[in-house]
Amino acid sequence: MNRPGLMTACAAMLQRDLTLAWRRRGDIAMPVLYALIVTMLFPFALGPEDTLLQRIAGGVVLVTVLLAMLLALDAMFSSDIEDGSLEQLVMAPQPLALMLGMKILAHWLTTALPLIVIAPLLAGMLHLPGAVIPVLLLALLLATPLLSLLGAVLVALTAGTRRSGMLLALMLLPLCVPAVIFAAGAVAAAQQGLPWLAPIAWLGAALVLAVVLAPLACAAALRIALDA
Amino acid sequence: MSPLQTFFAMGGYAIYVWPAYAVFFIVLIVDTIAPRLRRRRVLRELRARLARQDARQQRARPDRASVDPITTPPSL
Amino acid sequence: MSNWIPLWLHKLGSPPTFYRFAGTLRPWAMVLALLFGAVALYGGLVLAPADYQQGDAYRIIFIHVPSAWMSMFIYGVMGVAAFIALVWRIKLAEVVAMESAPIGAAFTFITLVTGSLWGKPMWGTWWTWDARLTSELVLLFLYLGVIGLYHAFEDRRQGARAAAFLAIIGIINVPIVHFSVNWWNTLHQGSTINVFGPSKISWDMLWPLLCMMLATKFYYVASLFRRVRTDLLALEGGKDWVRQIAESEAGQ
Repeated sequence: MNRPGLMTACAAMLQRDLTLAWRRRGDIAMPVLYALIVTMLFPFALGPEDTLLQRIAGGVVLVTVLLAMLLALDAMFSSDIEDGSLEQLVMAPQPLALMLGMKILAHWLTTALPLIVIAPLLAGMLHLPGAVIPVLLLALLLATPLLSLLGAVLVALTAGTRRSGMLLALMLLPLCVPAVIFAAGAVAAAQQGLPWLAPIAWLGAALVLAVVLAPLACAAALRIALDA
Repeated sequence: MSPLQTFFAMGGYAIYVWPAYAVFFIVLIVDTIAPRLRRRRVLRELRARLARQDARQQRARPDRASVDPITTPPSL
Repeated sequence: MSNWIPLWLHKLGSPPTFYRFAGTLRPWAMVLALLFGAVALYGGLVLAPADYQQGDAYRIIFIHVPSAWMSMFIYGVMGVAAFIALVWRIKLAEVVAMESAPIGAAFTFITLVTGSLWGKPMWGTWWTWDARLTSELVLLFLYLGVIGLYHAFEDRRQGARAAAFLAIIGIINVPIVHFSVNWWNTLHQGSTINVFGPSKISWDMLWPLLCMMLATKFYYVASLFRRVRTDLLALEGGKDWVRQIAESEAGQ
């Protein structure tokens, strides 16, 4: 039997994960609902005054999206660990890092992309000026895959443990800080009419680095965590 | 004010200085004591386990004087 | 002739050898820590004069700065040990890395609290989000993450390897955090506070500081050695040398 080529394997992995996610498409709605609810609570908590909401809008949307992603991060490998298919993947002839990269991509497509789609709605609820929204979307487009990639490494490390969501959050927080700073910094700069390209460039550079290194780190972490 | 009182007053900053030193000492004392307690517990459990293993070996082979370390299954 | 050093190091990596080595050194390290600590405290609290600007409040420096230094030094040691543990799978390196974490976390906690208590009278605020303080807080989270991950595994050695991996990720992350917070502070004007002026520190204040730094180093060695010894007993429980120690009277 012919061994499938690399591209075929990648496409197959992606298709598998997307199909599985589609079968549980109710789960896709959860982070979105969560983000909507949290964003709606802010005006109730802080008062409907426009100027205040405008000031915090960019940051609130960013943090809300991040927390929503964190909730969904745990599930990246959990079902595959439970039915043993992840161990099969580790033993498969295809390069593990590449296969994990595809899994991370599938996870980002099903959790982060819906959040980015509703981000303008969230920003609008908090009266973020329309001109800033494209910058917000760009920042999210760069920051969310970065978080997916970094988060995947940490989820892989906890792969065999009696999982605690809090532990994952504790481990993830230090890694999130720079991403949040630069993403929110870009939005804040755009809001003040200042140049916003520099933080975006930093995010982009970090993302490129993460795309190359994170799947490798994830593979190494998985091997450590699954090696009984 | 006596010299000792002056010392404790720390120029009016006593409520900052002394709690700071207290935290320093308390944390490090806890860091000293906790491993000590853990060591005692580990040794206690080790001795209990070894005693149980010895008893099992004695029951299995009453003529054996001591436990053969090679056949004793490794733990942990 | 020249290869006795690597030979000695190799021998030291064996658990029973290190157990004895650490057992001999530990009491001396503790004695030196207490000695230097007492001298440092006397020099700092009694002998050193009050600061021209900060009055007596500056005396927190004698525990704050050594703790801050230790929090970072221990992280470095933990990182090196973690790297050795992952690459060469040496049991002793795993244990050193994992047992350094709680000590490092303790010093980081002390740094944050004493810094806060020093900041209130000096800058009027318990906390500020500048690069140094924020990085120190992130460092605490990193330590706690390493400790938490280590204890989340059933198999201690596997847990140690996973936590070692996390420690190395953290090492790369701390300077990144420092850099981003610095950048972020320049973006939002008015939120930076200068911690230390570039004033030169007088010798009366410097020597107790250096003395305390030495004391905390010795303390770290003493605490680490005790913890590592206990861990080695637990890990090697089935071995003969452990049995001998467990059965001996006081179990030194």
